[in-house]
Amino acid sequence: MTDASQNAGPMLAADGTPLKQSLARSLRRQKLRALMLVAPLLLFVMFSFIIPIASMLFRSVENSMVQETLPQTVEALQSWDETSGELPDEAVYDAFVRDMVVAVDNKTHTRLGSRLNYEETGMSSMFRRSGRKLGKMDPETDGPFKDQVIEIHEGWGDPNTWAIIKTHSPAVTNGYFLNAVDMRRTPEGAQSQPEDKQILIKLFGRTLFMSLVITGACILLAYPVSYLLATLPMRVSNLLMILVLLPFWTSLLVRTSAWKVMLQQQGVINDTLVWLGLVADDARLIIINNQIGTIVAMTHILLPFMILPMYSVMQTIPDSYTRAAKSMGATNWTTFWRIYFPQSVPGIGAGSILVFILAIGYYITPEIVGGTKGVFISNRIAYHISSSLNWGLAAALGTILLAVVLLLYWCYDKIVGIDNVKLG
Amino acid sequence: MTDTMNDAAFVEFQRVQKSYDGENLVVKDLNLAMPKGEFLTMLGPSGSGKTTCLMMLAGFETATHGEILLDGKPINNIPPHKRGIGMVFQNYALFPHMTVAENLSFPLEVRNLGKSEREEKVKRALDMVQMGQFGGRRPAQLSGGQQQRIALARALVFEPELVLMDEPLGALDKQLREHMQFEITRLAHELGITTVYVTHDQTEALTMSDRVAVFDDGRIQQLAPPDQLYEEPENSFVAQFIGENNTLEGVVKSIDGNTCLIQLDDGSEIDAVPINVHNPGERTKVSIRPERVEFNKDRLHADAHTLTATVKEFIYMGDVFRFRMSVAGNDDFIVKTRNAPDAIRLTPGQEVEIGWLAQDCRALDA
Repeated sequence: MTDASQNAGPMLAADGTPLKQSLARSLRRQKLRALMLVAPLLLFVMFSFIIPIASMLFRSVENSMVQETLPQTVEALQSWDETSGELPDEAVYDAFVRDMVVAVDNKTHTRLGSRLNYEETGMSSMFRRSGRKLGKMDPETDGPFKDQVIEIHEGWGDPNTWAIIKTHSPAVTNGYFLNAVDMRRTPEGAQSQPEDKQILIKLFGRTLFMSLVITGACILLAYPVSYLLATLPMRVSNLLMILVLLPFWTSLLVRTSAWKVMLQQQGVINDTLVWLGLVADDARLIIINNQIGTIVAMTHILLPFMILPMYSVMQTIPDSYTRAAKSMGATNWTTFWRIYFPQSVPGIGAGSILVFILAIGYYITPEIVGGTKGVFISNRIAYHISSSLNWGLAAALGTILLAVVLLLYWCYDKIVGIDNVKLG
Repeated sequence: MTDTMNDAAFVEFQRVQKSYDGENLVVKDLNLAMPKGEFLTMLGPSGSGKTTCLMMLAGFETATHGEILLDGKPINNIPPHKRGIGMVFQNYALFPHMTVAENLSFPLEVRNLGKSEREEKVKRALDMVQMGQFGGRRPAQLSGGQQQRIALARALVFEPELVLMDEPLGALDKQLREHMQFEITRLAHELGITTVYVTHDQTEALTMSDRVAVFDDGRIQQLAPPDQLYEEPENSFVAQFIGENNTLEGVVKSIDGNTCLIQLDDGSEIDAVPINVHNPGERTKVSIRPERVEFNKDRLHADAHTLTATVKEFIYMGDVFRFRMSVAGNDDFIVKTRNAPDAIRLTPGQEVEIGWLAQDCRALDA
């Protein structure tokens, strides 16, 4: 008999092949089968989720439009010093006319106009208005162009225009990210936006703050309910559970609209308060279209996401722990605080992560009940996606939001430990 | 049986009843008195009310009727944390988020003991269960037997006079269980603690206790020291529940002081000790232990009563031989004999004369 373990070198299977290889072969079929089973979902997620998100994130730095539309101009501008305060020379104008003739032909000059309009208002109309005349020029015979071009629109005689084109010519830009944090890319480098345009940082701050408040409110409201659910007899707790889950079976839009009915100045709550005489008729509370409205409605909507993980954790805490503590002489409060509460913390953690991350990206509810003071950063992203069509900025905002969530997740892992999060 | 007028009783149940739903009594008229320092086991099948009794004593359930006295004082209205009773739970209930030392320190902290005193007592308690090295570990890092020791140390660390144990060895394997049985009784006697121990394992009850209370149907069926319980069961439930037992059914023909004549259902007649039969004509179950039955003619006592039996099965168990026989219509009559050099091995199908002493044969309720 040969003993494989006594031989030097790798273990061998009965037929002499290395054991590792033999094992891998026998497992290959199994792995292949597993892969086949997940393949449909994997492909679906790949094409409908990962690729679109990746392309969206890429838009936050992508900036090839200037280079593609005005290739010769961008090259000619390389030798021009934008800090000199003087206009570029004839070579640049010549290149510009050549580029524009092609661009007008392809009708891409208006798109470039809108792109540059994000950086300096007026650019869009400048490109649109000069387009037709520039497109009719013949680059070979009509030169020199400098004066003719300035004649068509006086904007071309402003060194700032050329400086902007040069600043935004690189194919990869940090401009959108600077915009996203209330700064902008200028010929002189990154600078703060003017005071009246600084809203995004504030909006990020408000989103984080309100999400924290909502998470806190959810913890306070969900903890006693979860405790009841976990300790009551099965029959009663099942009934309670249905009440908790009931909102899940109603459309989000319906629930939010219901809050609108409840909270408005002529709404149910104000009417009741006035009827009770707690609030004067001419001093009805303003609890909608501001932060209060958003917090109230979102706390209600996200509450089940806090209750469910808490409940499933509390359910696993056996009665015998509290009994043991009491038998050792601990009062009810000490038993709760020293024994029960620490063991329920993983549930609070899991619920908080869930609620916070959901809240930070919430859109519909703040849109409906938030007014202008209660909106989140996601509403701004939606605005840039569908109204202003500044997708680059929207992508940059989205990327920052994603980074913030990941950062918080990482902090949470460091402080609480993700192993402590239990969903059941 | 129970002596409710016992003045020296440390723990006393007086006519205690318990109902959960208002329709059925889980504990029916429980009377029990324990002197200080006794190790008493509550033994019974599940649902017999033994754990409910323990929980009432600990204060986690309230008695529906009756008084529970601790050291002469009624404790029905004292909350569990003021009773000062140590308790060991079935699954140990060690707090998973605390180290072993913190677990032991907890009952001392809630009693506001100083830090140095706490540390000293924790150390002493850990040494007592030979777990001195494990203070810094978490319960999850310990084996079942080690957790059991810690749970025991935690119940004893605040020096309670009464300790309750709810099937504490149920989760351990056989060998460890036997070792811990010894360990627990040794500690209980060394420290002079009064112990109430709940189990459904009769071997555990017999080997550990000073007295055993056998529970069934919400009542104590018999309360007696282990040897008395095994050798002199007072009713057929106890005879069946404790150890292995043979039952022969029949009718009492006559009673004469300490003996009675029983006519078995197949017509044969045997002598027995009347335990709870009082009148001729009553139906009875006669109980006899397998090891008191003899079929070796040389050893059979001259006075022994004999019956004819057919061997059905021979089971070799190492230290003993076990025979299943058909006796007086009962096909499950068990006879045990020690595997001695002169032991006879019967073969299935064989007919033998078996016999026993009349005093080993007890006529119990039907």
